Amino acid sequence: MAQTPPKNESQVETQKQSFGSRMVGTLLRRQEASIFVVAIILLVYFQASNAAFLSQGNLRNLGQFIAATAIIAVGLVMVMVLGEIDLSVGQTFAFAPIVMWIAYEQLLLVLPLAVIVGLLATAAIGLVNGTIRVYFGVPSFVVTLGMFFLLSGVNVTLVGGFPKTAPEASAIKSALGAYPYSGIIWCVVIVAFMHILLNHTRWGIHTFATGGNFTGARESGIKVDKIRVWNFALCSTLAGFAGILEAMRIDSIDPLAGGANTMFLAISAAVIGGTPLAGGVGTILGAFIGTLVLSVLQNGFTLQGVSAFTFNIILGVAVLVVMVLSVYIGRIRKGRKVT
Amino acid sequence: MTEHEVLRAENIAKGFGSVTALRDVSLRLEKGEVLGLIGDNGAGKSTLIKTITGFHRPDEGRLLLDGEETVLKSVSHAQSLGIQTVYQDLALVDDLSVYHNMFLNAEIVRKPFPFLNGRAMKEKTRQYLADIGVKIPSIDTEVAMLSGGQRQAIAVARAVYSDAKILLMDEPLAAMGAKEGAMILDLVQRLKDEGNVSIILIAHNYAHVFEVCDRVNVLQHGRITYDKNTGDTSVEELTELMVSEYRKARAGGEEE
Ligand SMILES: Nc1ncnc2c1ncn2[C@@H]1O[C@H](COP(=O)(O)OP(=O)(O)OP(=O)(O)O)[C@@H](O)[C@H]1O
Ligand SMILES: [Mg+2]
Repeated sequence: MAQTPPKNESQVETQKQSFGSRMVGTLLRRQEASIFVVAIILLVYFQASNAAFLSQGNLRNLGQFIAATAIIAVGLVMVMVLGEIDLSVGQTFAFAPIVMWIAYEQLLLVLPLAVIVGLLATAAIGLVNGTIRVYFGVPSFVVTLGMFFLLSGVNVTLVGGFPKTAPEASAIKSALGAYPYSGIIWCVVIVAFMHILLNHTRWGIHTFATGGNFTGARESGIKVDKIRVWNFALCSTLAGFAGILEAMRIDSIDPLAGGANTMFLAISAAVIGGTPLAGGVGTILGAFIGTLVLSVLQNGFTLQGVSAFTFNIILGVAVLVVMVLSVYIGRIRKGRKVT
Repeated sequence: MTEHEVLRAENIAKGFGSVTALRDVSLRLEKGEVLGLIGDNGAGKSTLIKTITGFHRPDEGRLLLDGEETVLKSVSHAQSLGIQTVYQDLALVDDLSVYHNMFLNAEIVRKPFPFLNGRAMKEKTRQYLADIGVKIPSIDTEVAMLSGGQRQAIAVARAVYSDAKILLMDEPLAAMGAKEGAMILDLVQRLKDEGNVSIILIAHNYAHVFEVCDRVNVLQHGRITYDKNTGDTSVEELTELMVSEYRKARAGGEEE
């Protein structure tokens, strides 16, 4: 190759890598890619073993299940990229529809306003989580564990211990979960929005930077406190929105909805999708595909009559394997480091 | 060339709990000047830099920018006033690509939309690196994959090409090979010739200091104890100054 001016040097270098090695590199780099392959294999497997799997009715169920978990998981990614965690999302999930119900039934607000009040209340929860984390220096695990118990009690207290019926049918209600496909439509829109936010805006880059090198981010002038507090708020708000969608869908305001199970499932989905808790790394699309995999597994097993306990075993193994693999792949990548 | 003082620090003190890093530091920087700052490990050089860059709040003392007293509220505040820094720890994010790091907190967006303009950032990154003469395999790779010198080059390029009025460089040559180090020194010389930017350069290699600096300050025991134009001193004199300090300390006859 003839001598090129220095300006083009880096381009030439890139092109010299073969397509194959770039593909391998991408697979190693992008955990979404491997989890996506798993998702496809599972889909094929369950369809082969049970023709009802890809039936319209079952796809609808699947979509409804995916929607709520994926919206929560995607919010968690923002917090997990920071190296933080929010254990209270399952309770926030139940809290939003309860506040909405109070605003609607007792304060007699119109439904859209009531929904906004519910979402603002969850945003406030996130702001409290973030503020205690950032300005009081309490680890987020502890802060949100406290919030988890606090909200569990508050939720039950607010509705006097019993589920309430959701607001009566309306176009708004249909759009916010009652129409069978509205959940998955919202989910896709939110995933797309959050993917763009995390990967194609300054906010996202600053989130990665804050999680990846906190001191460095601060030295670069990034407003790390603002980034952290508002990502907690975003995470809570998304969990609350998922809760409202779900309440409208099942037509009930249940103080025991969500909870620890939902929270752990959403965290697992994010982890399996390629967002470890270490901070600095994370993917929105991965969290979505992770949710897809877990939902397909659970749904497929249910169709086959496999028990929920088996699902738990598989979920546990999956999380462990993924974490071991990601540490291992991390080592391989470090091994390739050119020094 | 005493025409215009861009920066003046007066009686700056900064401690961390029981550690007093800066006791009483006064320092000035003139327009277009390159000031060398030397001192032992742990003397407080980086702490001083971080105070001028808005990262630390001084416990006491004040800063004057262009003769005006200024309280820096944050690093971004200092940046908005034209102060840019190459930190000793480089402030790079390992998981982000070279070009993301190059434009960290100065990202180019597709106005009026808030979306990042990756193409523009890559193009400029290539141009900056080529300008300095530093080779990096691919600007899409994560910074974690780069060598120490390559990382340092990115940190230097980031500060130098950010339209700074005051450039603070904390050991920018520490990880550089002889050739790359010379490139960075050439770059500093070029900036000096252009005369728009004033620079504080921290270095442990006195030869580097004499190569590009107009004036040299020594930071010892939390104070500036020495201030001379480089023309009026020599590598030998500085070495003697620093080593005699060490001998005195070893003899145990040090008075505070
Ligand atoms: N964030 C901090 N917390 C506590 N102590 C600190 C902190 N930063 C610096 N120090 C202390 O302040 C003193 C000065 O440190 P500083 O990093 O400014 O030295 P330096 O002159 O830059 O040294 P070197 O040449 O090794 O870079 C040291 O004793 C250090 O331990
Ligand atoms: Mg230092």
